[in-house]
Amino acid sequence: MFKKILIANRGEIAVRVIRACHEMGIAAVAVYSDVDRASLHVRKADEAYPIGAPPASESYLNIAKILDVAKRSGAEAIHPGYGFLSENAKFARACAEARIKFIGPTAQAMNAMGSKTQARQAVERAGLPIVPGTARGLESFEQAEQVAARIGYPVMLKAAAGGGGKGMRLVHGPQDLKSALEGARSEAERSFGDSEVYIEKAIVNPRHIEMQILADEHGNTAYLGERECSLQRRHQKVVEEAPSPVVDPDMRRRMGEVAVRVAQAAGYTNAGTVEFLVDQQKNFYFLEMNTRLQVEHPVTELVTGLDLVHLQIRIAAGERLPFAQNDVNIRGHAIECRIYAEDPDNNYFPSPGRITLLLAPSGPGIRRDSGMYEGWTVPMEYDPLLAKLIGYGTDREQAISRLTRALSEYFVGGIKTNISLFRRVLRHPDFRAAKLDTGFLDRLLKEKRDERSDFRSDPNAGEVAVIAAGMFAALGAAAAGAGERALLNGSPGGNSKAASNWKSAAHREALR
Amino acid sequence: MTYDITIDGKQYRLELSRADGRWSCRLEGREVEVDAVLARPDVLSLRIGNRAYEVKCERVASDLHLWVGSERFAVEVRDPRSFRGRARIVDDHGPRKLIAPMPGKVVRMLASQGSEVEAGAGVLVVEAMKMQNEIKSPKKGTIQRILVSEGVAVNAGDVLAIVE
Repeated sequence: MFKKILIANRGEIAVRVIRACHEMGIAAVAVYSDVDRASLHVRKADEAYPIGAPPASESYLNIAKILDVAKRSGAEAIHPGYGFLSENAKFARACAEARIKFIGPTAQAMNAMGSKTQARQAVERAGLPIVPGTARGLESFEQAEQVAARIGYPVMLKAAAGGGGKGMRLVHGPQDLKSALEGARSEAERSFGDSEVYIEKAIVNPRHIEMQILADEHGNTAYLGERECSLQRRHQKVVEEAPSPVVDPDMRRRMGEVAVRVAQAAGYTNAGTVEFLVDQQKNFYFLEMNTRLQVEHPVTELVTGLDLVHLQIRIAAGERLPFAQNDVNIRGHAIECRIYAEDPDNNYFPSPGRITLLLAPSGPGIRRDSGMYEGWTVPMEYDPLLAKLIGYGTDREQAISRLTRALSEYFVGGIKTNISLFRRVLRHPDFRAAKLDTGFLDRLLKEKRDERSDFRSDPNAGEVAVIAAGMFAALGAAAAGAGERALLNGSPGGNSKAASNWKSAAHREALR
Repeated sequence: MTYDITIDGKQYRLELSRADGRWSCRLEGREVEVDAVLARPDVLSLRIGNRAYEVKCERVASDLHLWVGSERFAVEVRDPRSFRGRARIVDDHGPRKLIAPMPGKVVRMLASQGSEVEAGAGVLVVEAMKMQNEIKSPKKGTIQRILVSEGVAVNAGDVLAIVE
């Protein structure tokens, strides 16, 4: 077993992997850019190395710097987390050449699944269902016209080299195809350096259901149940759950077996996820494979009782899967909300700044994977994911009620977060009835919204606020926390300097 | 202590005093029995009758918000006896600054110096991280000054305009 692992990431996932290392008696090495020095993952690590300027290209994406830290620290393995270098075949190869174990699949398996057209070809060759369309990049507009006519509109143009909504165009009719193709190609070129675009039938209001797989390096592959990820905004997942409310044991087995065969076709090892689109008749089609651990892995961990990061480390250390497919059971229901530093009143614009007050929920059935803490300044250079809040229960209803309760206890002061969005989602009758599809969030956000009805309203709340406001003023400096301290010291709340931090910490000590 | 407190456009007069750790409170002339404990900075645990409330205080830049449970209120507190409302609380009857929330570039002006704006009206647009962010006026008033123009780069915390 490894004695030391370097975590090539930051934020909540770095904290989560560091925790797994500590649980397994492994030393954890953190890396941090200049603006991440005060981050939670640095505090939790055993060793921490600076890796330079904030832009990811100079720090968390810098292969040479990361490998240099690995060598200097004596780390035997690297966990890449998600995002950053986690699906970078060049990095996986560089680790192999440096004789440092990359905790994930091989570069070869990544390449097989990394190009979406190549992945579709591999799956098609294996005789497995794919979303109808081309498995190769479009060579000409004429070809696009022909395929679109054959599979029928609406069609989706997609970039072969990447996702996240870039290089994607939904085309409703032949008159829009030419400009859509040109637009998709140029966006793909700008985003991924590769203008290859392919075409798929656009399934109307599909469900996005993905299957977790795990494969050791001895030829054993298992599926660990599915996740429903249909609640998305701009192709980014916002709420995920396991199991999917529409998947019964038979469908799970059929999808799982397809996912395992896809993984085997790619020669896949370690943790991965096979994504499917599911139409209203419950037909499922291979969409793509993600060759990394995913953000939403906690919901799978809760319903299977398995620790995926522990298993990733064990697999990388050469161990066999400690269970057979028959041993995998799905029990209970888990729902996850991704808490982002975003302003819901301003089109979810990123909202970095200083967290002046943090009241975080806990209690039965609540799991919180967080990278934030009170007094921390959320940097603006990275994806503003602050934490994942997961509710677990014996059934979906209990998971919803626990998560709703936990959200009402969650208070993040000093910055804007999307917490209010989840209250709206969980209350929505379509969500409670599990009527989910990828259009759900867009529809909800268009609905007219009464600000006050986001929560149970107390008619006396206004007067309570008046009285409390007076009390805070009367108590003056004694009642004031981090935000006020910053105000008193003349710096705006969002950019308090270190001196303010020390002063408010000292003040809190005095109040005890 | 006496305060003039504005919430949701309504003004309230509040009289507070404290003796032996117990509060006396008069809201709009009406006696209210309140028991209050500061749980930690910025968090008050209030009991009014036997109803319990957790109230959080959030101050960001010059805005004051109170959260009663999960319900948020924008609050302005004035001590009528103090000069220019200089207590640690913000006086909204004076000029308010529009601050850049993050580094970016001013790409469009939506109003000009001297124009009248409503609370929440867009004054200018800052572009950052490939997204456009409309900077809104925090209050109804007149734009006293605009300190930037189209094309200017701004840093987080920079004052963009002043509304009075």
